[in-house]
Amino acid sequence: MRYLTARKRAVGRGASHTGTAHHWSMTVSSVGLAFLVPVWVYVFGSALGSDQATVVESFARPFPAILTALVLVIGMRHFAMGATVLIEDYAHGTARKMLIIFVISLATVVAATGLFALVRIAL
Amino acid sequence: MLWLGLAVQAAVSEKESDMADVKRVERPLSPHLQIYRPQLTSITSILTRITGNALIVGIVLAVWWLLAAASTPASFAVANAVATSWFGDLVFTASLWAVWYHYLAGLRHLYFDAGHGLDIGTAEKLGWGCIGGSVVLTLITILIV
Repeated sequence: MRYLTARKRAVGRGASHTGTAHHWSMTVSSVGLAFLVPVWVYVFGSALGSDQATVVESFARPFPAILTALVLVIGMRHFAMGATVLIEDYAHGTARKMLIIFVISLATVVAATGLFALVRIAL
Repeated sequence: MLWLGLAVQAAVSEKESDMADVKRVERPLSPHLQIYRPQLTSITSILTRITGNALIVGIVLAVWWLLAAASTPASFAVANAVATSWFGDLVFTASLWAVWYHYLAGLRHLYFDAGHGLDIGTAEKLGWGCIGGSVVLTLITILIV
């Protein structure tokens, strides 16, 4: 038996039934990325254009490897959630569901591919 | 008019969704993207979304290049040739501006969320700050990296 009343269960959850969880998640990931991305742009930009041995050497070091992993995991989650809202604004019905599934899958595949590459380079 | 009422009732019970059609009326629309006069605040907001989503192109290219670096010399030669070609330069330079624009616009959103800068004058100044700042930061990054 549930002791919460129906009203108590509804308060604070809004039309989405998830309250502000989505917005808060985007806020948290945006703050994280604000610290990570400028440093990653420098690391990636410095490695781009080098020969393969130099690229492997630079991403094998702990700081660039961990930084890249964080940017991929947090960044792709931030992208998937942001792109989901974009789709929800402009697509409807089955197209909406298919597009949302597509962007979440794309983000997951990109993150997994990048992590696999990092593991191969750094370990 | 009793026959009309009965006919409507019969039609409605035949197909439940007709009820919604019968009640559908022309309601006024709130101004939306296609009919709202473009303003600095709306343009800078839309650009935030466009830059954020477009960044997937640059990240896919970057991850492909990284995967190639982790694989054979032949695959790295192909990915590196694309990443350092005029096409790669175009994608990464555009992505660099996009990431800085999205960065500044994101900071502006955090500032808005905290309840600051919401009057028109400040919001427009911050908008110009995002546009100008992103160009300046892009040029600085190109010079440094």
